[in-house]
Amino acid sequence: MPDTPNYSWPPMETRKVIGKPYKRVDGPQKASGRAKYSSDYNAKGLLIAAYLTSPHAHARVTKIDTREAEDSAGVKAVHVIAPAGAEIQWEGAEIAAVAATTEEAAQEATRKIKVEYEVLPHVVNEADLSKVGTRAKAAGERLRGDPDKGFQEAEAVSEGTYGIPVVTHCCLEPHGQVIQWQGDQVNVWPSVQYVSGYAGSLAPNLKVPVANIHVRMDYIGGGFGSKFTPDAWGIAGAELSKKAGGAPVKLFLERATEQMIAGNRPSAYAKIKVGGKKDGTITAWQSESWATGGVGGGGMPPIPYVFTEIPNVRLNHSAVSINAGAQRAWRAPNNQQASYLTCSAIEDFAAKIGMDPSEVILKNAGYTPRADTYRYQVQKAVEISEWKKYWHPRGDSGSGTVKRGLGMGINNWGGAGHQSQCRTTINPDGSVVVEIGTQDLGTGTKTIIIQVAAETLGLPFNAVKLVTGTNDLPPDGSSGGSTTVGGVSSSTRKASVNALVKLFDAVAPSLSAPADQLEAVDGRVRVKSNPAKSLTWQEACRKMGTSKISETGTNEQRNPMGLNTSGASGVQIADVSVDTETGIVKMNRFVAVQDCGMIINPRLAESQIFGAIIMGISTALFEKRVLDDQTGRMLNPDMEFYKLAGIDDIGNIMVHLDIRPEMDKRGVIGLGEPPAVGICAAVGNAVANAIGVRVPTMPMTPRHVLNALEERKA
Amino acid sequence: MSSKKDSAPDKAKSGFSRRGFIRGVGIGTSTLSTGLLEREAAAAPSTAKTAGPGPVPITLQINGKPMNLTVEPRVTLIDALRNHLDHTGAKKVCDRATCGACTVIMDGKSVYSCTVLAIDAQGKKIETIEGLATGNNIHPISAAFVNNDAQQCGYCTSGFVMATKDFLDHNPNPTLEEAKHGLCGNLCRCGTYVGMRQAVLEAAKTIKGGKRA
Amino acid sequence: MLSFEYANPATLKEASGMLGANWGETEVLAGGTDLLSMMKEYLETPKRVVNLKSIKELEGIRKTSAGLRIGALVSIDELATHAEVRSGYKAIAEAAAGIPSPQIRHMGTAGGDLCQRPRCWYYRRGFGLLAMKDGKSLVPNGENEYHSIFGDGPAYFVSASSLGPALVALGAKVKLVSARGSRELDVAEFFVSPKSADERETALRPDEILTEILVPSPPTHTATYEVRQKEALDWPLATASVALHMRGATVSSARVVLGHVAPTPWAAPEAEKLLAGKNITPEVAEEAGKAAVADAKPLSQNRYKVQLAKVAVKRALLQAVKGRA
Repeated sequence: MPDTPNYSWPPMETRKVIGKPYKRVDGPQKASGRAKYSSDYNAKGLLIAAYLTSPHAHARVTKIDTREAEDSAGVKAVHVIAPAGAEIQWEGAEIAAVAATTEEAAQEATRKIKVEYEVLPHVVNEADLSKVGTRAKAAGERLRGDPDKGFQEAEAVSEGTYGIPVVTHCCLEPHGQVIQWQGDQVNVWPSVQYVSGYAGSLAPNLKVPVANIHVRMDYIGGGFGSKFTPDAWGIAGAELSKKAGGAPVKLFLERATEQMIAGNRPSAYAKIKVGGKKDGTITAWQSESWATGGVGGGGMPPIPYVFTEIPNVRLNHSAVSINAGAQRAWRAPNNQQASYLTCSAIEDFAAKIGMDPSEVILKNAGYTPRADTYRYQVQKAVEISEWKKYWHPRGDSGSGTVKRGLGMGINNWGGAGHQSQCRTTINPDGSVVVEIGTQDLGTGTKTIIIQVAAETLGLPFNAVKLVTGTNDLPPDGSSGGSTTVGGVSSSTRKASVNALVKLFDAVAPSLSAPADQLEAVDGRVRVKSNPAKSLTWQEACRKMGTSKISETGTNEQRNPMGLNTSGASGVQIADVSVDTETGIVKMNRFVAVQDCGMIINPRLAESQIFGAIIMGISTALFEKRVLDDQTGRMLNPDMEFYKLAGIDDIGNIMVHLDIRPEMDKRGVIGLGEPPAVGICAAVGNAVANAIGVRVPTMPMTPRHVLNALEERKA
Repeated sequence: MSSKKDSAPDKAKSGFSRRGFIRGVGIGTSTLSTGLLEREAAAAPSTAKTAGPGPVPITLQINGKPMNLTVEPRVTLIDALRNHLDHTGAKKVCDRATCGACTVIMDGKSVYSCTVLAIDAQGKKIETIEGLATGNNIHPISAAFVNNDAQQCGYCTSGFVMATKDFLDHNPNPTLEEAKHGLCGNLCRCGTYVGMRQAVLEAAKTIKGGKRA
Repeated sequence: MLSFEYANPATLKEASGMLGANWGETEVLAGGTDLLSMMKEYLETPKRVVNLKSIKELEGIRKTSAGLRIGALVSIDELATHAEVRSGYKAIAEAAAGIPSPQIRHMGTAGGDLCQRPRCWYYRRGFGLLAMKDGKSLVPNGENEYHSIFGDGPAYFVSASSLGPALVALGAKVKLVSARGSRELDVAEFFVSPKSADERETALRPDEILTEILVPSPPTHTATYEVRQKEALDWPLATASVALHMRGATVSSARVVLGHVAPTPWAAPEAEKLLAGKNITPEVAEEAGKAAVADAKPLSQNRYKVQLAKVAVKRALLQAVKGRA
């Protein structure tokens, strides 16, 4: 046996399970309502908890009295989170939590907690930089080349202002958990994107050994980057449980609180100047940007996005601190904002020189890290969308009141696998169990793990039993940054190969062949050179005697051994119709060309892209967190005026996965983030193309569109 | 369930047992303080046919079965289902009659169960997603959602399935446009609408095909 | 939600006897789509909730010699699908159809649509119906993109009613019943713009129940056009309901009423005057739209709604005459 078995993926043409569109394995459980999410757990003796939160955006708690709440009917525990003296930095911040025998009693009791505040001055909006005073912190100028000279020599210069507001994650299952703290043992059922790491984050807060914290999560109702840690509610829930004598406590956020404190994507605004030649070559970029992600301010999106080699660049950025809930990672953090700012500015430059923006992107592809890929993708997207037929010079869209336009956006993301360990067990009866401490956010993680194990062991899909979702399993990384599929597929591949090697050792004598000359195909173990010489899988496993084979495999993030890799890019085109009398933008079509490495399950991969695009369309057309300057309050902490796209709001979506063999050879790449990146860019550009004027601020609401049209007239 | 794998995670070897987490009817109702009853009961003089404000016994007809529980009049149907009857298929998401995740069918019409009082639902035929499957076979609508990958995280799915059931009960031969319009009372955050559109059409065909009455 | 006593009367008489003289003590519950949300936000904290849904007298759509009698409990769905409403009262059917959520249409009632409280987000976040803080309205300098574009305050919310504008355009009345007796009121007078914090947005008194809507036989040409951004459940940004009495192809008299642009359904008499004696052409419809918004006083963020109201009028007029005898 060689020291290191061959872990490489089987060649495309021999794959039997990988690459096939299996239906998601937990689909029937979810579609029948039987899937038990953490928020569904009803423990014996369960208490339900509710939060009291701050109505002020900035204040100091001067007095808090919980006596009446403690005496309230049904109340079993009250836990103060913000004691007298605590400074509150945003509306919705946690003041106290109450656990009671019923949800109604808990909610009612929170209103009996008497809190006095010293109200402090707040700033809650950043769109107008002139109004934020000292809350803006300049990050210092960044230079590349000689932008002044670049602009002097430019044959054309375009300028524009662009903005994308703060939006909220709005996971349908709110943040929270059921938690039970008895003695030095903690059982917890959280809604979290990091099952294996949850206990490690919680332990120091509770001063309980990590090993005593038992985490279990079978299903999660959305995360999108906002659910990595136990958060304050994890700790509050534990404290309530302890105070209530170890009763399990369910604490999930109410929607309004969820909208205020449990996740938002930072804004990004910028004044951008682009200079270049009349042939479309961009030579200079200058931007003054600002952003907020809450009290901590907001970092500069990576602009110019993708076109990182533009020779002359000047960047200035201000981080604006506002009194609002803290930002959390959102599906390709800061990339969506960067793509929007960059692609909008490039489109405006193209309009300035009267050129087709797809040609300008092609012309400047050399500035990108993956020029050939982008060239291929632009051409493919142009072809699929019939761009040449439907695109027209800006504003030249006929005499009717409804104008059609096309716009382009681009994306790029890493997506290499995270650190991951898997254990594959082969039992003497032939049954196979794969264990891994991961979570399936709805991406299809459970399904693709089974596919990899089945492929590796030469077994059918339904021969593999999978166990996930607890922290006593082999550890897996957090599901963020599109790192899960690369991580779990690689660790599963390695664990399963390792187990198979052991099985071959046990079987080799019976087949009179060296172990390294065996292969597992179609439910049989056979000799490579003589496939007729074989045993069924069950016969082979019986050769193990009575002891099972149980092997682990690890995806080392730093050495993925070619199983997974980083770097997926894509080009997207939006096709919209704008009613210029009402400013209503309707999606006609959306085309996505996406490079994705080796696809384990095309059905699920496609769903990821559909999902990313639909979420992006929702943000492009409807979503905006509204905070009121005068009161510091969020005015739409709901799903009514915080608007999400419905089933009839998204048009038709066409996905082209770039699965050419040279792409497949790159290995597995995460696909959750990249297709989510370019949608605001594409939609905004399509609207500009349709109506002939840039609508500077997302989302593309009637208000923004009509204002832009009116300003053009004026 | 159609696949063995579906139940795999349930049998996970974890540090603690799931079994302890499954409970019977009526959590907390017996322990609810009588102080609440007495204090509030004085508030309004009693007239004919009044109940509460303290807990009152009610009966709900859920999926053809009468279920008894004791709740205050302020308890909504979604909370009665989830907190008192362990029917957790319907989800509480917006809790303000907007998102549809709590959709159940009442007397043959889809409603937002977050915005129905449990006490008000007495005497109505309530269909929840738990009543759709027959034995081990999931309902054709659920199957169509699986077949068309019309779900990701799955938290909106129960509501969409019930909204689809109501829609198809009244529109057995929908066009794509009608299907889109018929599900305008539900929201999904993962973006599964493409599959859903196909699922509704597929389910319509399957149901018409005589697999269901 | 705070606890309350639940009453389930079977007759109107019984129900009327359960209501008190002051707001805040008792609420009547029909579809619940608004009331329960208000109670969850503690904006309504009644001691008693009187369910109306067991009262048969409040059900049903009935044709009368004078027109149509719509019971307060008639659901939005019944209205949107009722053959008589669809054929003869298009402005109402189209207004009902503008509520896209089947669930809301199943639950929501005609009476509830008229009695629902405004959706002003300052109101819903606890700043009162007039959105006051320190004696000043928060709306004019605040986030007012969805607020009113007509009137002089102090109310800046928009009436949330979908049916109101159509009912005003058709000259409908509502019947209000209390233990003291009953009264009929033009829908146009039912909606009021409150002048102080202790007034409400309707003429309904605390002890009254809206029992039915009486719609006179309408003219042949009526329509409602709604500007709504989302196809899925969403509030309209502006609507217009029109009712045209025609002599041949010529308008003899017109009613034009805007929705979601003022604290009440907002009649547009200038547009009505302009339409009299004209044929509805795109140009005339455009002019009527302009006339309808001539008095608009948009706030800092909602100038766009003036355009939307104008377009709604234009499109409602064209819809009213399109393909209709």
